[in-house]
Amino acid sequence: MSAAVEEVVTEAPAVEAVPKRAMTLGTGTSLVVLALLILAPLVVKNFVIFQLTMLLVYGLAVLALNILTGGSGQFSLGQSAFYAVGAYTSAVLMEQYNVNYALTLPISGILCFAVGFLFGQPALRLSGVYLALATFALATAMPQLLKLNFLEPWTGGVQGLVVTKPDAPFGLPMSQDMWLYYFTLAITIAIYVGAVNLLRSRSGRAFMAIRDNEIAASAMGIDVALYKTLAFGVSAGITGIAGSLGAIVVQFVAPDSYTIGLAIQLFLGMVVGGVGWLPGSIVGAAFIIFVPNMAENISKGLSGAVFGVLLFLVIFVVPHGARQVAIFCQQTVAKFRKR
Amino acid sequence: MTQAQLAQGQDPLLAVRDVSVVFGGIVALNGVSFNMHKGQVLGLIGPNGAGKTTLFNCLSRLYQPSSGDILMEGQSILKRPPHRIAEIGIGRTFQNVALFANLSVMDNVRIGAHSKTSSDIISDSLRLAWVRRSEVAVNKKVHELLAYLDLEDVAHTTVAGLPFGTQKRVELARALATDPKILLLDEPAGGLNHEEVHVLGDLIRRIRNERHVTVLLVEHHMGLVMSIADHVVALNFGRKLAEGTPAQVQADPDVIKAYLGSKDQ
Repeated sequence: MSAAVEEVVTEAPAVEAVPKRAMTLGTGTSLVVLALLILAPLVVKNFVIFQLTMLLVYGLAVLALNILTGGSGQFSLGQSAFYAVGAYTSAVLMEQYNVNYALTLPISGILCFAVGFLFGQPALRLSGVYLALATFALATAMPQLLKLNFLEPWTGGVQGLVVTKPDAPFGLPMSQDMWLYYFTLAITIAIYVGAVNLLRSRSGRAFMAIRDNEIAASAMGIDVALYKTLAFGVSAGITGIAGSLGAIVVQFVAPDSYTIGLAIQLFLGMVVGGVGWLPGSIVGAAFIIFVPNMAENISKGLSGAVFGVLLFLVIFVVPHGARQVAIFCQQTVAKFRKR
Repeated sequence: MTQAQLAQGQDPLLAVRDVSVVFGGIVALNGVSFNMHKGQVLGLIGPNGAGKTTLFNCLSRLYQPSSGDILMEGQSILKRPPHRIAEIGIGRTFQNVALFANLSVMDNVRIGAHSKTSSDIISDSLRLAWVRRSEVAVNKKVHELLAYLDLEDVAHTTVAGLPFGTQKRVELARALATDPKILLLDEPAGGLNHEEVHVLGDLIRRIRNERHVTVLLVEHHMGLVMSIADHVVALNFGRKLAEGTPAQVQADPDVIKAYLGSKDQ
C-alpha cells in the first residue's frame, strides 16, 4: 500500500484520547461524588471550605481545557488569559458599576466566549506545538495588558481590585464562605452537565471527529474551521466563568495572579486528571491545589523539588491520570462481583 | 440494470468537463471529461501516476482544477468548500481508511449523518427536546446501517482495534450515513485478500442495487473493476485513454499498451 501518499489523511491524532463512552462517570458514582461535595462543608473549617471552593473553580477551568484539548484536540497554554478576562470582568462590574455578582457570571462567560472564538480564528492556521506557542504568547501578554495605564480607572492597574464578598441571600443562616461554596457548586454542576451533554451531542462528535481526522471530518460535512473556533469559544467561556468565581471567592484581582504559571497549572491538572476524561478535571484540580501544600509540609526549602518528584511519580505510575485509576477500580470491583 | 440504461439518455448525475489540474509545471490532469449516470458503477482505472487520485481529490474538493468544471445534477461543485460536498450527496471513502480512530463504530457512523442534521452548541448542551428527537432519528438510521453492513456486534467497539476489512465496512457505513447519491470509493480493494475483494464486489453491487447509489470506483484491482463496473474510464499520464464497457476498455490497444508496455518502449 502506498502509505506515504495518503499520509496526511491517516495522520495519527496529536492527543491520545478516550472513547466517548468512558468520558463520564456512572450514575451511582456520580451520586456518591455529589453527596460528598454537598456534605463536605458541613464538617470542615472555614479555611477548608475556601479551599474546596477553589477546588471547584479550578475544576471548572481544567474542565474547560479538557473540552478544548480532550474534545477537539487543540492545545492551549493560554487559559490563564481567559481566566483573567473573566476575573476582571466580574471585579470591574461589581466594584465600579455595582452589578450583582451572580449577574456578572453570564456576562464574563459570553465575553470570554467571544474572545476565545476570535482568538480561535488566527489560531486555525496553527496546530500542535505551534498552537501551544501562540496561546503561550497570549498568556504572557495578558498580565501586561491588564496593567495598561489607560485601563487603570477600571482595573486599578498594578494594584488590582478588591472584590466584596457577597452575603448569603434570603437571610439563609450560613457563613459567606459556605454560601459561596454552594453557589459555586451549583454552577459547577450545571456546567459539568452541560459539558457532558455537549460532548455527547452532534457538536461534540464534530469536535472529536476533528481531533481524530480533519480531512475525514470535512468529507462528512463538518465545518472544521467553525467547530475548532467554537471549541475555543466554549473553552474560553467556561474558563471565564471560573475566573469570575475565582475573583469573587479570593476577593481580589491583580494582573500578576494570572500569569503563564496559572495556565501551566491548569494544563498539568488536565494531564493528571486524564486528557478527555471530564470527571478527572476535579481530580486534576485537587492535585494542583493540595499537592503543593503537601510538598511544603514535607520540606519547606525544597517544596518545588518535592512537588516535581510527586508529579513525576504520578506521570510515571499512571500516565493516563485519574482516568486510569478509575478504570482500574472499576475492573477490580467487577472482579469481586464475579466471585 | 434497466434503470441505468434508461437514465443514459437523460442528463448525467455527475459531469466532469474538460478538467485540468496543474501543479507547478506538472500537468496532473489534462482535459479529462466523462459523464456518470444514475445507477451506474463507473470504474476509473489507470497505472500509477495516471491522475486517478488527482481526479478523485477534485471531486471531493481537496484540489481545485486549473480549468474545466465538475457538475453535480447540473450545478457546479467547484465553488463549494470541501465540507459542503457531503450535503449535495457526494460521499466518499479513503484509500487507507480514515476513520475517527478513538471513537466507537457507532459514533463514526453517527458522524456520517452530520451533514443531514443540524444543531447548535447551546441546544446541544441543554439537550433540548428537538435535539433528543434528532438524536433518536440518527440512532435509528445508524442501527439500520450497522445491521445492513453486519457491524452490529462491534457497534460499541473503538475503531482503532478492529481488523482492516471491518474498518473498511465501517467507512462504507459512515459514507452511506451521509445519504449519498454518489459514492466515491478510493481503492477499496487495497489491502484486502482475494476472498475479501470478492465479498467487497458483491457488497458494492448490493449497495448500488438496493440503496440506489451511483458508485465511482477508483481501483487498481482489475478483476474487481471488470466484474462490477458498468462503464470504465481509463486514464494515463493525466489524459483519458479510453472509455466504454469493461470489455471494450480491456480490448483497447492503448490501454493494453499503458498497462503492459509496447514493443518499441
